[in-house]
Amino acid sequence: MSETPYRSPQEIIDLYKTEFGAGILDARITERGEGVHRKKGYNIWIRLDRELLKPAIKKLMDIRFPHFAVIAGNDLGDEIELLYILSVFYGTQFGEYMVTFGLRLPKSDLTVPTITDLIPGALLSEREKQEFFGITVTGIPDGRRLFLPDDFPQGVYPWRKDETGIKPEMVRELWAVNRPKDRPAPPVPEKKPVPGDPVAEGKEKKTGGASE
Amino acid sequence: MSGDNVKKSIPYTVPIGPVHPALKEPVMFTFQMEGEVVRSVDFAPGNTHRGIEWMGMRRNPVQIVHLTDRICGICGIVHSLSFARAVEQIAEIEVPPRADYIRTIMHEFERIQSHLLWAGVAAHELGFDSLFYLAWRVREQSMDLIENITGNRVNYAIVQIGGVRRDISDDQRPLIEQGLTYYRGLLDQMKNVFLNDSTIRMRCRDHGLLSYRDAQLLCAIGPTARASGVAMDVRHDYPYCAYGDLDVHPVLPPQEFGGPKGDVYDRIIVRLLEIAQSIDIIQQCLDTMPAGEILWEKKMPKLLLTLKKAQGEAIGRVEAPRGECMHYVRMDGNEAPATWKVKASSYSNLMSWIPMLKGEQLADIPIIVASIDPCMSCTDRVAVIQGGSAGFLTKEELTRLSQKKTRRLIQCR
Repeated sequence: MSETPYRSPQEIIDLYKTEFGAGILDARITERGEGVHRKKGYNIWIRLDRELLKPAIKKLMDIRFPHFAVIAGNDLGDEIELLYILSVFYGTQFGEYMVTFGLRLPKSDLTVPTITDLIPGALLSEREKQEFFGITVTGIPDGRRLFLPDDFPQGVYPWRKDETGIKPEMVRELWAVNRPKDRPAPPVPEKKPVPGDPVAEGKEKKTGGASE
Repeated sequence: MSGDNVKKSIPYTVPIGPVHPALKEPVMFTFQMEGEVVRSVDFAPGNTHRGIEWMGMRRNPVQIVHLTDRICGICGIVHSLSFARAVEQIAEIEVPPRADYIRTIMHEFERIQSHLLWAGVAAHELGFDSLFYLAWRVREQSMDLIENITGNRVNYAIVQIGGVRRDISDDQRPLIEQGLTYYRGLLDQMKNVFLNDSTIRMRCRDHGLLSYRDAQLLCAIGPTARASGVAMDVRHDYPYCAYGDLDVHPVLPPQEFGGPKGDVYDRIIVRLLEIAQSIDIIQQCLDTMPAGEILWEKKMPKLLLTLKKAQGEAIGRVEAPRGECMHYVRMDGNEAPATWKVKASSYSNLMSWIPMLKGEQLADIPIIVASIDPCMSCTDRVAVIQGGSAGFLTKEELTRLSQKKTRRLIQCR
């Protein structure tokens, strides 16, 4: 495998800006340091036109083969934003950073091309987005449901915040589930705690535990 | 078998799962078999859905931290740590260095107990039950230390947004060091029983192969990727917690055992060597741990108010025992986050099963499936329980059925 040169986060953004120009809607770098020395880790966030998704991922593969983590998504009301989260330069000490490509799809046209021809491992995440956001991934080699059971209603997408999301009647609140009332009485009646008796009130056990 | 319409032809379809004694976790496999040999594999996760992300998007971040503890029983800290790190970045909360070190120590103890648990499961899948007992007995030491530090064996509840909830006192240090010495003395013995045993070698060498290229293309992570020679380890690649101050290198299968081949045996080696690495990291952290606060803000109302105002998006990622664990959080000035996406480590590793299992024998399926250390409760965390529909039995209904059966049996007596 040929090693491509290492590039800094700013260099990556510059490369994308020169290649795609106005197709890059927004690009920024965030940094975070922890520990005593506050050694910095970097994340790149690139918002781009929806047509540029595959060229952008191909470009990243030319820079260095990335690790694909997951596709996250936001329901923004009229649009759904998909975030393709990848990381590049793993294997370089403290030199890896996350690259996130964000693209917006209007709810009238929720289609996105598959990237499994470039990175086959993205399949599970694409299947998940189809069932949880109601997005159509065109060219997906396997479009079955992934996590949701087969008898889950069609047209309900758990992560949507509009009328296609989870309906209130589908939610079973655990606190509202009472104990069954049709149980037979226990053969030996339960003892009622005697006031002032430490054994019955469980106080003795507590002190025993504390002295351990 | 009796009807004429049942076609008897190769390949035969063999379903295994979703719950099967040979599988460590619930997942439905469908194998196309030709004699004893696996021709193709299909799997369906999703049998342990609890809809945790959906629940989280209706709760505040402090409540979610405790929810993340319950995503997985083994990875008790990685999810809460990833989530807390994401929220801290959004709200621009500076974690005190001492808290970073305590997080690191807990993170490594978790790796020790998780890898030992896996070693036991692997031994059991191979039919080597005395080794299974040994691995799990040895694991108890780390569980005791985790209990000593956090108060719990599982669901540690030590991570809070902005730091940790419990400090490590000077009284606890000798106990921890004693535990580390115990493991140092045992490691050679563990390596000897696992790596010099001819049975284990016969069963694991050259089985469940995952090539370097496949590991990259299928996005494998953690020990699964490292056993195939992919040098990736978030602790080395991407500074977080105390790892920016330490010198951690990804563990690859060493040359003396034949170099990275990407088989089950290499995955055993990587995990065993990582236990030794974790012991070193804990020792380094204990030696260099700075003094000071452990929480950014002790007052809960102030913390909640800060979190309510926070706006933005961030990624928190850590190296879990099984590989990269990542949480994406987006907050828009409301109490609950607008988006919370959990990417557990097994989520990335499941696809590796397909090349691993192809061409293997039926009897090798359990150990190969277990070799990526799958964690289905992490991967499947998303769905909504729908009460009352035809295919579903709620817990109460199930309990009632069970009680009915018990009564029926009593009457038959």
